[in-house]
Amino acid sequence: MRAISIAAGEIIKMAVNKQDVINVANLARLTLSETDIDKYARNLSTIFELASQLNNINTDNIEPMAHPLDVHQRLREDIVTETNQRDLFQQLAPLTEAGLYLVNKVVE
Amino acid sequence: MHTKTIVELAIGLAQGQFSSVELTQHYLARIEKYDPLLNSFITITPEHALEQAKQADQLRAKGQAHQLTGIPFAHKDIFCTKGIKTTCGSKMLDNFVAPYNATVVDKCNAAGLVLAGKTNMDEFAMGSSAENSYYGPTKNPWDLTTVPGGSSGGSAAAVAARLIPAATGTDTGGSIRQPAALTGLTGLKPTYGRVSRYGMIAFASSLDQGGFFTLSAEDAALLLNVIAGFDEKDSTSIDTPVPNYADSLNKPIKGIKIGIPKEYFAEGLDAKIAEKIKAAMQMLEKEGAIFIDISLPTTSLAIPTYYVIAPAECSSNLSRYDGVRFGYRAENPKDLEDLYKRSRSESFGEEVKRRIMIGTYALSAGYYDAYYLKAQKVRRLINNDFQNAFKKVDIILGPTTPTTAFKLGEKAQDPVSMYLSDIYTIAVNLAGLPGMSIPIGFVNQLPVGMQLIGNHFCEQHMLNLAHHYQQLTDWHKQLPEKF
Repeated sequence: MRAISIAAGEIIKMAVNKQDVINVANLARLTLSETDIDKYARNLSTIFELASQLNNINTDNIEPMAHPLDVHQRLREDIVTETNQRDLFQQLAPLTEAGLYLVNKVVE
Repeated sequence: MHTKTIVELAIGLAQGQFSSVELTQHYLARIEKYDPLLNSFITITPEHALEQAKQADQLRAKGQAHQLTGIPFAHKDIFCTKGIKTTCGSKMLDNFVAPYNATVVDKCNAAGLVLAGKTNMDEFAMGSSAENSYYGPTKNPWDLTTVPGGSSGGSAAAVAARLIPAATGTDTGGSIRQPAALTGLTGLKPTYGRVSRYGMIAFASSLDQGGFFTLSAEDAALLLNVIAGFDEKDSTSIDTPVPNYADSLNKPIKGIKIGIPKEYFAEGLDAKIAEKIKAAMQMLEKEGAIFIDISLPTTSLAIPTYYVIAPAECSSNLSRYDGVRFGYRAENPKDLEDLYKRSRSESFGEEVKRRIMIGTYALSAGYYDAYYLKAQKVRRLINNDFQNAFKKVDIILGPTTPTTAFKLGEKAQDPVSMYLSDIYTIAVNLAGLPGMSIPIGFVNQLPVGMQLIGNHFCEQHMLNLAHHYQQLTDWHKQLPEKF
């Protein structure tokens, strides 16, 4: 992926290329066809060009806002409050055995 | 019966004009007859509804009914409903029967509302047209060649066609307010943290909020009373008292200060919509409302900010869909990686994949600071603009959408053009403010909405103003001819 450096007031055009798309799809655990890869490269480039408008905005000394009301995570007592509903929830699972969720073998 | 508001239906039930079973049957028959034209429901639950209706009638006979006991209702298919299919409009959850109720669903059940079904939506709440559903697009009952808006398009279409008197929605970037405007309804998005998100399938956790569509502000006040309130099970739920929203509906609006942001009436807004808003303002001015010009200079930054933050949060939230514990699993995966990749790729639609890709890119190493962190800083600037405005005014007023309902397929090929139609609604979610849209007329025979924005936890001011407007006008009573 190409790195970006930002100079004050400069708008950076960020082109997202095919290799970027392949890397991101892998991180996102998605498979894309060849035509999809080209399409996403174009889509993502357009969207990140839109996003690059933000680079022009002075945010010196501005705290990031993760929560609309700046509220902090509420804590609770560290005691058990839920009941075990494994059997109920596992009715939804594609494949289970002895209370375990089954997937392809990972360790040879 | 179906032209009545919830307040009117509640009086009918209380006076014995009809039973809840009769009322429910009436709506179920309308759903059966008209929904094929609209595709507004994914799942219809007639047995469940009639069972609830029967119990409602029994409670009423014993003198134990509340005001809303026995009123038919629908939930957007994003709310988990125990024992009932909950799909979020996606192939990924086509086989998912929720094992628990969302808090909003529990509250509606406790209030005696009768669930007729789960409504269609853009997949995982991503979209502004209800065209991105695995179950096909929903049509706008005012013109079946146009969209009802999204993502809560199914709920909007169903209520607008009077297939149900009210329905829930969710709003992350405008997904209640925009469809309300395009279908001539009252749509309300509460303050972030006012309504529990427990059991409401997550799209963007710092933006999502549950609300609903009704035929009037009066109905909206009653429903907000039902669903608002602190919930221990939602760690972002805010513990602050819930006023009785119905109590302040009739407070006089003389002297109320309403801010008009100059940036909302610039290029891009259909001139005829601007005219309708000016007409609504004149009406409110005669009642004593005072209009003050304000500026929200960061307005144009809302879209790039949102389209970094929301996809980033969505890419994180949707990583739980991996084909392992629930939902769609691809057939014959050759290894674990193939299981993950094909389960997700074969079941997520285009828009969902696009947003996951945008979000993953924005959060990836080397880009987090430049995009996500930067967007969060601009988010604070956007919030500051609103807080400065609320020092001078009680409510902000403006358009909900730049145009009336667009044609099916018109924006589907150009995602950015679809995103740009959220220009007036998105900043409200970024700032966590409450917002509502109310109908104010028609342009080219399609409904037009006007947006009211309140300060945090000030829903009662918006409802009060909207109710006054609805006493002076009857736009909210119009229904599409075909239905």
